[in-house]
Amino acid sequence: MLEIKNLHARVEGKDILKGLDFSVGAGQVHAIMGPNGSGKSTLAHVLAGREGYEVTEGSVRFDGQDLLALPPEERACLGVFLGFQYPVEIPGVSNLTLLKAALNARRKRNGQPEIDPADFLAWVRDRAKLVKIDPKMLSRGVNEGFSGGEKKRNEILQMLVLEPRLMILDETDSGLDIDALKIVSDGINAMRSPQRATLLVTHYQRLLDYVQPDRVHVLARGHIVRSGGPELARELEARGYGWLEAA
Amino acid sequence: MATQETEIRELMKRREYGAGFVTAIESETVPPGLSEDVIRLISAKKGEPEWLLEFRLKAYRRWLKMTAPQWAHVQYPPIDFQAISYYSQPKSHKAGPKSLDEVDPKLLETYKKLGIPLREQEMLAGVAVDVVFDSVSVATTFKKKLAEAGVIFCPISEAVQEHPELVRKYLGSVVPFGDNYYAALNTAVFTDGSFVFIPRGVRCPMELSTYFRINERNTGQFERTLIIAEEGSQVSYLEGCTAPQRDENQLHAAVVELVALDDAQIKYSTVQNWYPGDEQGRGGIYNFVTKRGDCRGARSKISWTQVETGSAITWKYPSCILRGDDSVGEFYSVALTNNRQQADTGTKMIHVGKNTRSTIVSKGISAGQGQQSYRGLVRVLETAANARNYTQCDSLLIGDRCGAHTFPYTEVRNPTAQLEHEATTSKIGEDQLYYCRARGISEEEAVSMIVNGFCKEVFKELPMEFAVEAGKLLAVSLEGAVG
Ligand SMILES: Nc1ncnc2c1ncn2[C@@H]1O[C@H](COP(=O)(O)OP(=O)(O)OP(=O)(O)O)[C@@H](O)[C@H]1O
Ligand SMILES: [Mg+2]
Repeated sequence: MLEIKNLHARVEGKDILKGLDFSVGAGQVHAIMGPNGSGKSTLAHVLAGREGYEVTEGSVRFDGQDLLALPPEERACLGVFLGFQYPVEIPGVSNLTLLKAALNARRKRNGQPEIDPADFLAWVRDRAKLVKIDPKMLSRGVNEGFSGGEKKRNEILQMLVLEPRLMILDETDSGLDIDALKIVSDGINAMRSPQRATLLVTHYQRLLDYVQPDRVHVLARGHIVRSGGPELARELEARGYGWLEAA
Repeated sequence: MATQETEIRELMKRREYGAGFVTAIESETVPPGLSEDVIRLISAKKGEPEWLLEFRLKAYRRWLKMTAPQWAHVQYPPIDFQAISYYSQPKSHKAGPKSLDEVDPKLLETYKKLGIPLREQEMLAGVAVDVVFDSVSVATTFKKKLAEAGVIFCPISEAVQEHPELVRKYLGSVVPFGDNYYAALNTAVFTDGSFVFIPRGVRCPMELSTYFRINERNTGQFERTLIIAEEGSQVSYLEGCTAPQRDENQLHAAVVELVALDDAQIKYSTVQNWYPGDEQGRGGIYNFVTKRGDCRGARSKISWTQVETGSAITWKYPSCILRGDDSVGEFYSVALTNNRQQADTGTKMIHVGKNTRSTIVSKGISAGQGQQSYRGLVRVLETAANARNYTQCDSLLIGDRCGAHTFPYTEVRNPTAQLEHEATTSKIGEDQLYYCRARGISEEEAVSMIVNGFCKEVFKELPMEFAVEAGKLLAVSLEGAVG
């Protein structure tokens, strides 16, 4: 479903990704781990299409399509979703407004009419229940004054509402309390399906206990230094990254 | 990041001005120039009574001794008042059409293009419209229905003929003839505008609306609006404005006077979309306007709501004089400046009576190289015990070449006054746009969504139909811009 080949990327004139190769098949969950500053978020933004992230070599295909040729909004409409490590606040624009605009953008692209407002509200309320978000929060500004954990849950809510096909979750588990981690994991698992693929960027085994990955990749200094099964994550938890980086 | 700034600049590039067409209609235009003779000519063309001519001449003589105000935070070359024509009317316009059937079909076509289909408006209920084309009023719809309620809504030139006692009593009673440079000029040469009179106890049965359009080259538009709400009456009035796209600047210097007697309420809304000039700042309307409401009666209320997206230069401070005890003044404003537009706008709340209250909510949006200033004065006189004011003043910047400036002034001469002031400045961040795009929303739409969110508090003050309109207008003003 997602095929990354020899991916090199540069930010502000600095080479960050230095040749990544891996593929995520439909129905799979891959975890990306690695030390701070190794390029995990950079990879996530390159996949989502952030401006200023220049791909200098390599290719990314999503369902056979050249993903890198598309602007971010078109990637999103194709079903790519990035859960931000640092969700952005948009004061004055309610969560509902954002979600409705996002849903309608997809519908417009598919030649469908705008969603019925009542159906929309019912759908969002239903999804909000899954992540235990108070309906009152839906009318507040996007992430405006949300706590760190609330912002992360809000990312999951957006994902549940938009039903993407490729979910890239950048440290959505960081900063969550134990109950919230469970809620977020349940949200991710609810989305798992043979038609969807997931890329989990995380530092912690805890998340992977709830969301079993098919593969684990370790990113260090812009390279994948090791790939393996779920046991690799447990090994990292025990031994840290030093032994891999030295390699 | 440098690249991001360039992006945003691209984004804010150029708006398309939808109302920028010229109507090919033969006009009778007085040659450019200003003198007592021109004023006599205008007055004669309108068959005005002697007192009105004298009023005009008095203002003209005062104006000659005045100088253009320099204090506003706007820059433009001096205006050559002798190069402007002070009167223009479509040739087909004779004594003033009595019904729409007498209106030149080309004019009806013009208004249809602007989204004001007069005929349909007349049939479908809702809004009574007066339209002013260059210097004259061409149509007033719904006259009969309004008359049944006792409401007078007509061109001011007609009111001079048919209700001279009302005009004479109130004209210049809120904005004196020598009030300021542009008000004096307007008083000398005003050509048309709307007159509204709501008798005691009447709640006006529909929204009243006037559309102003400048069509002729080198003409100024100097309209004069007078609204009187007698005791216990209520009215909601909306004005809209457009002008063709031209390279030279055109002057618009209007005066609006509102009078609210005891327990009366006037809601005055403006959606201003005059031609703003092009990307380089060529052309566009100079909009120098004096708008003032007089809460003359106890418990009266005057509310100004404005959405200003047009004009090359805007200089405008809708104000309230809170004379009556317990009277209320409100000012809700959204002003957008893009490209080279400059706006110096705000309000004045003058508290005279006891327990008077005022609210000011100003939302300024600057994009491109737009420069915007909020200038607000809250004055509490000795007589105004327990006066209250709440001021909220927010600026939104799009890109890094625009500017927002805030000049709040307060003068308090009564110690029981309570004033509150809040101000914020925010920027549409590249990260916000990216976040929206990552959710599938285009940049253009994201900007419009954020801007609309920013303006919510003001839009909710507009009459329903126009709130939607205003949202769209803002979107268009920023939109043509993208891609
Ligand atoms: N806009 C930028 N300008 C300059 N350097 C950048 C920029 N963005 C990222 N970098 C650099 O790229 C490297 C990789 O950053 P990235 O955010 O991808 O790391 P990460 O693996 O997600 O780290 P963490 O685990 O801390 O989230 C870092 O050294 C970072 O400083
Ligand atoms: Mg990161």
